[in-house]
Amino acid sequence: MPHDHHDHDHPHTLLPPDPALRVKALETILTEKGLIDPAALDAIIDTYEHKIGPRNGARVVARAWSDPEFLQALRDDATKILDEMGYFGRQGEHMVVVENTAQTHNMVVCTLCSCYPWPLLGIPPGWYKSDAYRARAVREPRAVLADFGVALPEGIAVRVWDSTAEIRYLVLPMRPEGSEGLGEEALMELVTRDSMIGTGLAQAPV
Amino acid sequence: MTRVHDMGGRFGDGPVVPEAEDVKFHADWHPRALAIVLASGSLGTWNIDVSRHARECLAPKDYTAFSYYEKWMGGLAALLVQTGVLTRDELAGLGDAQISDLATKKLTADQVAGVLARGGPTERDSDVAPQFAIGDAVMTRAIAENTMVAGGHTRLPSYAAKARGRILRYHGTHVLPDSNAHGLGEAPEPLYAVIFPAAELWQHPEHPRDEIVLDLWQSYLEAV
Repeated sequence: MPHDHHDHDHPHTLLPPDPALRVKALETILTEKGLIDPAALDAIIDTYEHKIGPRNGARVVARAWSDPEFLQALRDDATKILDEMGYFGRQGEHMVVVENTAQTHNMVVCTLCSCYPWPLLGIPPGWYKSDAYRARAVREPRAVLADFGVALPEGIAVRVWDSTAEIRYLVLPMRPEGSEGLGEEALMELVTRDSMIGTGLAQAPV
Repeated sequence: MTRVHDMGGRFGDGPVVPEAEDVKFHADWHPRALAIVLASGSLGTWNIDVSRHARECLAPKDYTAFSYYEKWMGGLAALLVQTGVLTRDELAGLGDAQISDLATKKLTADQVAGVLARGGPTERDSDVAPQFAIGDAVMTRAIAENTMVAGGHTRLPSYAAKARGRILRYHGTHVLPDSNAHGLGEAPEPLYAVIFPAAELWQHPEHPRDEIVLDLWQSYLEAV
């Protein structure tokens, strides 16, 4: 059987130990070899700093709360309807939306790496990529929720989704009480990033 | 546990620390590291399964000590050398770097939006017929390891090995990472969401009705 030779040979040790210098060294050699274009790097950074983030997901949630036909379309084929909204792409190629109810609270993790629905939520927060979240979310989701200040009402079951394939999950939080009659834009304000990962709840209107 | 990345259910990692939504990066070099890895990936020399495996093959002490983007850079350095895109000397900054034959594939700024928007779908046609229907009881493999390659990539976490669950959703036929990470072809096969009672996986579940769902390929499962 083949073995992975890089188990015994870690090329990153050829780079400077300081991570900032390591990045610079990689960018320099790859640019000299004609393999990356610094302007393309700027465009990638601009995309994830300014264009793609959790407001995309918030719009989806607000619309699902407001429009039963849209909600049904999400249930039938989330990838298709999200693509029609322009929310498709890297790390969101196959989307499933999971709905919180009075009986079940959903929470998403990736224990093996840090898979996350980038087109809807942007790049993952630090804690989502942390060992603590990856290790604990599957075994003790309620203790993790307590770290976020969330205590679920008695009787709610927790369903944790470990993103082990290329399917990406977005939690549809429960619509908060007191939000009746609010329009989509106002509803979006109630939808936090964490509520769409399942480590938070949608906010009550003030 | 065969590799340190397979940490689901591990004890002792301490609290999860929430963070404001407007925090995107935690150091000036993070966005650059992200962009270099994505731009290098678009050369097409490796796929996502190969790149995940490269990160998993970091030494456990490095994997544990490295921040997320350091893992990405560690994986990238391994991939660049492993696939012959760079020599070890070039990576070390020694000698004169010549323009690569792969330079024609360089991602340009005007291509970025299209490449990110297209992503990399993994659903493929397959000759492998679905063996399970929604609601069927299944058992996962007893050993959470790659069956084709010793020490190879797999997406069955250790904590879910030899566990009894039931089929919750069918996702269609998808590229098999265990094969695709090792140059053995995409080998698409049926992929399911499989649901397990927490008590099937943990001696002391937090709540009797809690459940865990994993996306698992058909070859990870057997009928019970």
